[in-house]
Amino acid sequence: MANFYLDNKDLQYHLSHPLMKRIIELKERNFADANVYDYAPQDAEDALDSYRRVLEIVGDVCGEVIAPNAEGVDHEGPRVVNDHVEYASGTVRNLEALNEAGLGGMTLPRRFDGLNMPVTCFAMANEMVARADTGFENIWGLQDCAETINEFATEEIKQRYLPRVSAGETCAMDLTEPDAGSDLGAVMLKASWDEEAGVWRLNGCKRFITNGDGDISLVLARTEDGTKDARGLSMLIYDKRDGGVIVRRIENKLGIKGSPTCELVFNNAPAVLVGDRKMGLIKYVMSLMNAARLGIAAQSTGLSEAAYREALKYAEEREQFGKPIIQFAAVAEMLKNMEAKTLASRALLYETARFVDIYKQLNHISHERSLESEERQEMKFYNRLADGFTPIAKMFASEWANEVAYDSLQIHGGSGYMKDYACERLFRDARILNIYEGTTQLQVVAAINHVTKGTYLEQMLRYEEGERSEATAPLGAQLVELRKRYEAVVERVEALDKEAQGYKDFHARRLVEIAGYILISHIMLRQATEQEADYLNPTKIFVKYAARKIQEAVSYIEASDISDVELFKA
Amino acid sequence: MEKVTKIVVMAKQVPDTRNVGKDAMTPEGTVNRAALAAIFNPEDLNALEMALQMKDRIGNATVYVLTMGPQRAADVIREAMFRGADGGYLLSGKEFAGSDTLATSYALSCALRKINPDIIVAGRQAIDGDTAQVGPQVAEKLNLPQVTYAEELIDIKDGEVTIKRRLERGSETVVAPLPAVITVNSSAKECRPRNAKRVMKFKYALATSEMAAAEDKTKAFIEERPYLHIVEFSAQDVNPDPEQLGMSGSPTKVKKIENVVFQAKEAKSLTAEDKDIEALMQELIASHTLG
Ligand SMILES: Cc1cc2nc3c(=O)[nH]c(=O)nc-3n(C[C@H](O)[C@H](O)[C@@H](O)COP(=O)(O)OP(=O)(O)OC[C@H]3O[C@@H](n4cnc5c(N)ncnc54)[C@H](O)[C@@H]3O)c2cc1C
Ligand SMILES: Cc1cc2nc3c(=O)[nH]c(=O)nc-3n(C[C@H](O)[C@H](O)[C@H](O)COP(=O)(O)OP(=O)(O)OC[C@H]3O[C@@H](n4cnc5c(N)ncnc54)[C@H](O)[C@@H]3O)c2cc1C
Repeated sequence: MANFYLDNKDLQYHLSHPLMKRIIELKERNFADANVYDYAPQDAEDALDSYRRVLEIVGDVCGEVIAPNAEGVDHEGPRVVNDHVEYASGTVRNLEALNEAGLGGMTLPRRFDGLNMPVTCFAMANEMVARADTGFENIWGLQDCAETINEFATEEIKQRYLPRVSAGETCAMDLTEPDAGSDLGAVMLKASWDEEAGVWRLNGCKRFITNGDGDISLVLARTEDGTKDARGLSMLIYDKRDGGVIVRRIENKLGIKGSPTCELVFNNAPAVLVGDRKMGLIKYVMSLMNAARLGIAAQSTGLSEAAYREALKYAEEREQFGKPIIQFAAVAEMLKNMEAKTLASRALLYETARFVDIYKQLNHISHERSLESEERQEMKFYNRLADGFTPIAKMFASEWANEVAYDSLQIHGGSGYMKDYACERLFRDARILNIYEGTTQLQVVAAINHVTKGTYLEQMLRYEEGERSEATAPLGAQLVELRKRYEAVVERVEALDKEAQGYKDFHARRLVEIAGYILISHIMLRQATEQEADYLNPTKIFVKYAARKIQEAVSYIEASDISDVELFKA
Repeated sequence: MEKVTKIVVMAKQVPDTRNVGKDAMTPEGTVNRAALAAIFNPEDLNALEMALQMKDRIGNATVYVLTMGPQRAADVIREAMFRGADGGYLLSGKEFAGSDTLATSYALSCALRKINPDIIVAGRQAIDGDTAQVGPQVAEKLNLPQVTYAEELIDIKDGEVTIKRRLERGSETVVAPLPAVITVNSSAKECRPRNAKRVMKFKYALATSEMAAAEDKTKAFIEERPYLHIVEFSAQDVNPDPEQLGMSGSPTKVKKIENVVFQAKEAKSLTAEDKDIEALMQELIASHTLG
């Protein structure tokens, strides 16, 4: 009886983080719901207990239903029937089980039938679902579109759509078009106001839309005739019940084959506007994408977990030269590094999720009453951290998922290259993670500002203040040294960028990576200080790995002068 | 208002014999209950699912779980509530100790007379006692029709239930008048998972004797919320003939238990076809050798 929550001590550890107290406080607002809803908690302890129990249900459905279905879903895949998507049979069963378990609307307020759980817990659920079936996680994880509706739509629109998400209806996020990928400002899908019917009408097409035939879709469209950039775009909701959108085809993909990636044609499809016109990309999609990026970080962590476990099991069973291959140093080292990356990926994911939770909840409260000045400070503080951490969480988790999946296949040897083992599917599924929701390169574009603005440096200094044990003190000292080197190369790059424009761009990824490795090392170090038995060794291994990567990047930058800008130009 | 259809599921808490470790038996050869996790008897979960499906179809119905066992058997009732049951009855007391199937079905039938349900659903067999007698005996004692090996609920309406039964070769569909006892086979639909809101709502549910031991705060909390109170029946509550309970009501006496070690291995020849291998896998899983 597999349970993906109960068999994962690390995941359980993250639920017990001290910041959860503050998150619950903000989420539950004096526990007022307890008088209205029979499933609302009485106090913080009660809330945390409920979170744990709900995650246990998710773990059960993942282990017992979704994971066993994954292979069948990968083979069968979805298909288009009469202009609409028909899921693979396993996908249908997965959704049924999750809906019976009442896991729709996990983060939504209770007045919309939601479970009112923090984003952190939703990320945990997503992680487990992705470990069970990475492609399926896309479909289920898209319920975070509802969070965007909850944040920006009017009460009337929320009342209309959110309870449906809580009841298990699925969502889609329709942004990409053939000529608008990374550059979403170029979106051309046209929205025009139909005076007579009192609705917006959508015309045009979208491409690469995950679950494009979902019940409720958030659509980025051009409401301002004649405009060409981001300022002419708005966000609208299309309701499948209204009709007007057909699925022209489903892409034939390398991986996540159970997740239908759709090409959509909008033909006078009715839609309602969310929030203000012209704020579509600038404000709402940015928020939507940040949530979705956290979702991909969770999806990636789940995939790493699965790939690591597959490799470990295989390495213990497979014998060569008269002993299990795990006893060969080369294999053991790969496994240790895979484990360290998986733990680090999770550590960064939930650190980020907690920042997001605090920021988002204070933001919600600010719409109900004016915040005290202390609360305003707190909101700003966590907003900055959430913005800074989200792109690195997405970037590191998705790149590592690829590395872990690669090594997992390697450990399986020739068998790994065959269709017989799950590592082959995981390897294919991993490849999308560092592409959608903004490629790694685009995460660097978002993160580099926080190198320049000092968000990362400030946070390193805060982490340096943290407690250390006898065992972790030397690692702490090492991280202080690495931080100094980081400051030195940032200074160098900024100075040379003034001489040759493009120099900072050239080194952007390296700078972001150095910052990331130091920050993640600190989070790991904190865990190792708190729970030495579980985390000290993986942390030592991770810091060794991080130090090597930092060393490499620092050396590269130190040896690079402004002539590189020209040298590497296309 | 139309009458509410009352469905009762009989469920037993059993030691998890599917995950037997080396401490499963005491040196004396009896089951070491302390070493085995106590779980919801697997086929009783199939029974619960069928009962919930009946409720889904009827609409105006309740599903309650009846279990006889020690205090901790209340876990079975809570588990059922998490998955969709409205509540439960715990039949508990030292008078019931040592019951064989006759005494068990007698005690359960006394409780059922008191509850007076419209439909009784049981599992086919418990994984510890393994007799598959309790359901049929309850039906006999209450003088009700019984449908055994139930695999699928086809319909329930107008005072009748239509059930597909699993037979050795194939299946048959039967109609039974209500009230009736249905015993459900493991091939029936698996039970739905716990539901998040129900878990949050019912997690503090306690049976009467558990409540007595709880803190005042918890007591007050439950008193304000009657749905959190699991009804508990003692022996007197169900008006039994004391002679027919527990040890004295159990003609079966376990005389001796032997550890049988198979000497000769039973031989079986299989072809290398998927079909045969599949059948062997099924067999090993069914006998809890695997899985
Ligand atoms: C080693 C050993 C040998 C035994 N030998 C015998 C014997 O030879 N003859 C004999 O009569 N007894 C015997 N017993 C006792 C007997 O098996 C059980 O204790 C009896 O209470 C229930 O029978 P069962 O477990 O076989 O249930 P089953 O008849 O297999 O159970 C069928 C269904 O009845 C319902 N049910 C059963 N028990 C309960 C309960 N407590 N509460 C609610 N619902 C219930 C459930 O729905 C269950 O799925 C023996 C016990 C042991 C440990
Ligand atoms: C399986 C799948 C599912 C998807 N699901 C959805 C969905 O549900 N909703 C949705 O709206 N979209 C979805 N997408 C689209 C996805 O988000 C885009 O594919 C992605 O953002 C990249 O856009 P593009 O494919 O047009 O690549 P391009 O933007 O053409 O990028 C090509 C390359 O150029 C690089 N590049 C581009 N601009 C820059 C820059 N400024 N700096 C540095 N490098 C740059 C990129 O990193 C990349 O390597 C999905 C895509 C796939 C494959």
